[in-house]
Amino acid sequence: MDLILEPGRTEKNYWRDLWRYRELFIILAWRDVTVRYKQTVIGVAWAVLRPLLTTIVFTMVFSKIAKMPAPEGVPYALLVMAANLPWQFFATAMSEASNSLIGNANLISKIYFPRLIVPVGSVITSFVDFLITLGLMALLMGWYQFAPDLRLLALPLFMLLAFGASFGIGLWLCALNVEYRDFRYIVPFIVQFGFFLSPVGYSSARVPEIWRWHGFDIPARLLYSLNPMVGVIDGFRWCLLRGNLGAPNAAQTSAQAGIWWPGILTSVILTSILCATGIWYFRKMERTFADVI
Amino acid sequence: MSDTIITVSGLGKKYRIQHQGEKQRYTALRDVIAEKAENLFRRRKAETTKCNTVEDFWALKDVSFEVKRGDVVGIIGRNGAGKSTLLKVLSRITEPTTGRVHLKGRVASLLEVGTGFHPELTGRENIFLNGAILGMSRAEIRQKFDEIVVFAEVEKFLDTPVKRYSSGMYVRLAFAVAAHLEPEILIVDEVLAVGDAQFQKKCLGKMQDVASNGRTVLFVSHNMNAIDSFCRRVVHLDKGRVCNVSDDVPQAVANYMTVETDSSQGCDWRNPGQALNNPWFEPQRLYLGDEGGAVVQMPIRNDEPFFVYIEGNVEQPDNALQIGYALYDEGGSLLYWTVSTDTAEDEWPRLNIGRNAIRSPLPMRLLNQGSYRLELLAALYHRQWISCPGSTPAAIGISIQGGMSVSPYWMEKRPGQIAPVCTWKAITPPNGNPIANSHAKEPTGTANRR
Repeated sequence: MDLILEPGRTEKNYWRDLWRYRELFIILAWRDVTVRYKQTVIGVAWAVLRPLLTTIVFTMVFSKIAKMPAPEGVPYALLVMAANLPWQFFATAMSEASNSLIGNANLISKIYFPRLIVPVGSVITSFVDFLITLGLMALLMGWYQFAPDLRLLALPLFMLLAFGASFGIGLWLCALNVEYRDFRYIVPFIVQFGFFLSPVGYSSARVPEIWRWHGFDIPARLLYSLNPMVGVIDGFRWCLLRGNLGAPNAAQTSAQAGIWWPGILTSVILTSILCATGIWYFRKMERTFADVI
Repeated sequence: MSDTIITVSGLGKKYRIQHQGEKQRYTALRDVIAEKAENLFRRRKAETTKCNTVEDFWALKDVSFEVKRGDVVGIIGRNGAGKSTLLKVLSRITEPTTGRVHLKGRVASLLEVGTGFHPELTGRENIFLNGAILGMSRAEIRQKFDEIVVFAEVEKFLDTPVKRYSSGMYVRLAFAVAAHLEPEILIVDEVLAVGDAQFQKKCLGKMQDVASNGRTVLFVSHNMNAIDSFCRRVVHLDKGRVCNVSDDVPQAVANYMTVETDSSQGCDWRNPGQALNNPWFEPQRLYLGDEGGAVVQMPIRNDEPFFVYIEGNVEQPDNALQIGYALYDEGGSLLYWTVSTDTAEDEWPRLNIGRNAIRSPLPMRLLNQGSYRLELLAALYHRQWISCPGSTPAAIGISIQGGMSVSPYWMEKRPGQIAPVCTWKAITPPNGNPIANSHAKEPTGTANRR
């Protein structure tokens, strides 16, 4: 093994190192998950209770109280759950990733390992929660006797998209957070704001493609799709709910009710850009982490 | 196998230190944005944006040395010399600012004991966690698990959360995991500073095992005995630069100790201005002089009269004021204190308001040959330190050579910290005739009958 350390030298061995330290990904995620449930009485049941309670509350609020119109054939609870699933994953992954480096400051300043492992580890931790919620979703679908069709096979692709979105944004945030501690306060705000900007409580089909405003034709739906989670949530609903995006009166507005491919494409492109630039920025700042943290 | 495994050339590490009163510790995005906006508007003017004085601090400068495979190298130096920074660079935790490091082996470093331990996890879980963080694979850890537990002596507590461990158990467990790493280069930073003597011995023993297996070890410690017994090579750092690299460990250690105790102290200390500020007595000068008051050159002879002179201003007279000195030997051990109020009250020197000078004869023919450090001691008895030995800047170095004794049987330096010349006389033994006459060999029987 031959290694030269020089100022400004980009490490070609970095990716090899990442492979050598691959077990650390799992171990850090395992640590975070284990610690979460230590000294709790209910223990792992919390992982199931949380999404279950969220779904119940959402269903109550949005369908019964706010009386959002529901489509035919799809129970409102499933509609909400199908969107909540990726959204919770994204929200927790992003929040935890942005704080991950700071939270592991003692490791960063004393031990060498490829720092990329830390934010990825926190995304993996959120992924574990996601899988549990997915199981819950399956149970719920069984209860409503709503069987998905072949579109379910596309689910892993959308999961990858969700993973990419949370990873890309999380990476940017965690690298920025080390230097500018403001982001600790910005992130919860983004999450709250993003919740309403994403079609969790409503369907994205309700956003018009073109919106006339003071004589201008604004491509509203395209702009709306700049939020990567829009594509992800649409995709999840499409996969799980037999192509139904949750627009009311699907028969009437069938053109709009199906999956809107330009939106998905925008999400994919944006997510790839976010991931690539996120990794670039992280690697650039990585060599100063130990000094600044 | 003696090829070079680590080559360090021209290594430098620079940090930037901010000097501004209200500057917050963390950079806020707001400040950066505001500064950039200001820059945009002020480009025409020649003024700087904010009065940020940024100083460049070189923690390491121009460090170069080589380490061969299988070497055990001790890195010594005062606090702040740059030892930990050097280890951080070698461990790839931080990037060098200048220079180059060439490593030909895998490095595992132990810069702090218990890094990565999570207090909520049990001992068993933490062994896996810490081992993985340090670079061991899970299979490796499983293989060495029992050895680690036996070394740490915590079998009974393996399943309790680590937050309940005593500090000794914690440190033992942490070191046990790290000790079973098998890297080609092991870097250890002062981790032996914690733990009791038995633990330290155990750790050193384990590190010796590691070293005897042909691995390279870089070891930072303030424990000179450990360095002496364990290392075959020494790198001495001072203020970020390499002071000395040598294979003669005892000599290098002795050098370090003299630098440590001397640090360019002369035999005449003058108060640079504001040192040792206090309302009662302002020390101005501390020096070793002869009868007439002239400063003497070192080394001095042990059989000539010299005096320790202390000059200073008494601003506020106080009956409790004591002035004197503390004497330390080469190794930093305290030999004695002496103050102006040690003798009977009527013999104490009278001090007036304003400039005063007192002196005390340095005991002749008491101290052994060698170097000593004299530190100013001044205090208000039982109330307040003015100049406390051990942390005062007022110090001078003296060295004694020759004049030990006129005896032909005392030519070389004899052991002992002090070397008083004691007189011996023949006397009448307590229960018998004087044994001056060597023919009279008294049978023991007769002597007993008296």
